[in-house]
Amino acid sequence: MEEEKIHPIQKFMDNIWLLLILGLAIPFLSYSIWGLIELLMVETGTLP
Amino acid sequence: MNTQTAATTDYRVCNTTGLSVFYKAEFFTKANAVLAVIFLLIGAVAAILLALTRWSNVMLLDDIWYYRMLTLHGVNMLVFWIIFLEMGILYFASTTLLNTKLFSKKLAHISLGLMAVGAVVTNYIILAGQADVLLTSYPPLEAHPLFYLGIILFAVGALIVCYNFFATLYIAKKNKTYEGSMPLVTFGAATAAIIAVVALIHGAIALVPTFLWSMGWTEMMDPGIYRLFWWGLGHHSQQVNVAAMVAVWYFIATMSTGAKPLNEAVCRGAFILYILFINLAAAHHLLVDPGLSSEWKIWNTSYAMYLAVLASMIHGYTVPASMEVAMRRKGFNKGIFGWFAKLPWKDPGFSAVALSAIIFGFIGGITGVTLGTEQINIMAHNTLRIPGHFHATVVGGTTLAFMGLCYYLVPLIFQKDFYLKGLARIQPWLFGGGIVIMSLGMSFAGTYGVPRRTYDSDFSGATLETGFDPVAHIMLGVLGIGGVIAFLGLLLFIVLVVAAVFFGPSLKGKKMPTWQSPQEQKMTDDLISKGYEEEGKDYHVKTPGTVVLVIVFLLSFAIYYFANWAALADLWHIR
Repeated sequence: MEEEKIHPIQKFMDNIWLLLILGLAIPFLSYSIWGLIELLMVETGTLP
Repeated sequence: MNTQTAATTDYRVCNTTGLSVFYKAEFFTKANAVLAVIFLLIGAVAAILLALTRWSNVMLLDDIWYYRMLTLHGVNMLVFWIIFLEMGILYFASTTLLNTKLFSKKLAHISLGLMAVGAVVTNYIILAGQADVLLTSYPPLEAHPLFYLGIILFAVGALIVCYNFFATLYIAKKNKTYEGSMPLVTFGAATAAIIAVVALIHGAIALVPTFLWSMGWTEMMDPGIYRLFWWGLGHHSQQVNVAAMVAVWYFIATMSTGAKPLNEAVCRGAFILYILFINLAAAHHLLVDPGLSSEWKIWNTSYAMYLAVLASMIHGYTVPASMEVAMRRKGFNKGIFGWFAKLPWKDPGFSAVALSAIIFGFIGGITGVTLGTEQINIMAHNTLRIPGHFHATVVGGTTLAFMGLCYYLVPLIFQKDFYLKGLARIQPWLFGGGIVIMSLGMSFAGTYGVPRRTYDSDFSGATLETGFDPVAHIMLGVLGIGGVIAFLGLLLFIVLVVAAVFFGPSLKGKKMPTWQSPQEQKMTDDLISKGYEEEGKDYHVKTPGTVVLVIVFLLSFAIYYFANWAALADLWHIR
């Protein structure tokens, strides 16, 4: 029997491992790493 | 039936759904659910004491016990109750719905032990007065090391459950125990698990160094960096709730009305938007932190996050629309809202989920997006408006949905029937009504500037005269009254569930008793058993009622959003 063709977007939605990787990567890059870089760039305050 | 991976002694066939319930996974679903309810009760006792303290005419607790109970309440409600129940959902969704055995019983035992020990240790050290640091435990506030260790053990246990869940998904796929895409409810649970992994990693980054600092072995973590990563745990874990709650909405919609997702691809697409973007919302908590730029704040809380808001609005349409389609197919076609009146409101599982969706959307969702806007947030940050928002999402939304799930979990998994069904029918209304009143009381008190997390709203004894408009105190009274009503609703839930689970009539070998009339139940069963395709692929039912509800929602959203911009404009008069 001929195998049913699956649309690439459906394949993407069914790939739970790729979603896991993207689900980790996006918040880490956008929220955590970007935020951490900004906080590390804050210079130490000095008393007047 | 699953003949490729399981022997017939490994599972039983559910008399109601026809699904295979695997004994090993069933045990862990039950154990997690029982522990969840125990910690819900602890959190609830703390909740009523807090409500009766913030009610400024009562002020039940002294300051020390107020902060102790606030810590106890936050940890038990936001972490232990909800995550224990979510772990139960993961066991159910990965085995029963995929028709496969659990990957590892040993890992499940280890994770359950770690989570239980962690939760008990954390509760003990809080009640011993060694951890009055609130749930957030921001340095330089320092708790006893056992406080951090307890939460770390719990988190490691939860991470192991996620691993077990993904390994079970892998086995199911490999053994082809299901055809095509995984069921939508399991996909929703997988979404929750992915978000949970992100949350737990952030928790480890924040809490392990803090634990080492509390032992005196290292320097204190920078408070700004701690806040960044702690909220990666604190807010991300609330997004686990959102994903799990929406999965419960779909599950109960099917079980109670026979609804089927309108469009599987669209619903899955909405879950994927959660996976990719919902975690960025944690930046809401840092909108007044000085070390982070406006670019970081606005990108994370607005542009990217709105894609997750879009996902919630998709679910907010598809869930009621799928129910409208189901009801119209049953013949309830009178007018725009004839189907709505005929929904199974006598089923507490259904009414809890329906109220959950309404409270989550109309109060929690609208306030959340508005308060998360950087400019508007400056008016509301650290006021009672924020708890007013999240009690509508986490309690009115998630907790109420999970209560609704329990009305199905007890007969289907514990195989026990409920006593006092009349009281069960009013319980979701009592609890949901109380939460709405409490949430509105908090929100309106917050608009007067009443701070959150503060024992004495009026700062009695301060050198300069302080205090709020008398209306703010009336609103604190509304908060207290709502809290009492919600507490009664919650106690009723626990009494009903405990009585059913431990003393209820056995349902072994029987079908789950229906909450609907026999005729309505038959129509629901018929819809569940046959697919739309059996009636022809061109079968379409319009959903005018849901469209009207969506328009009402969008109008409410617009009015609230622009009213807040108007309020903001009032703060800075430009002449």
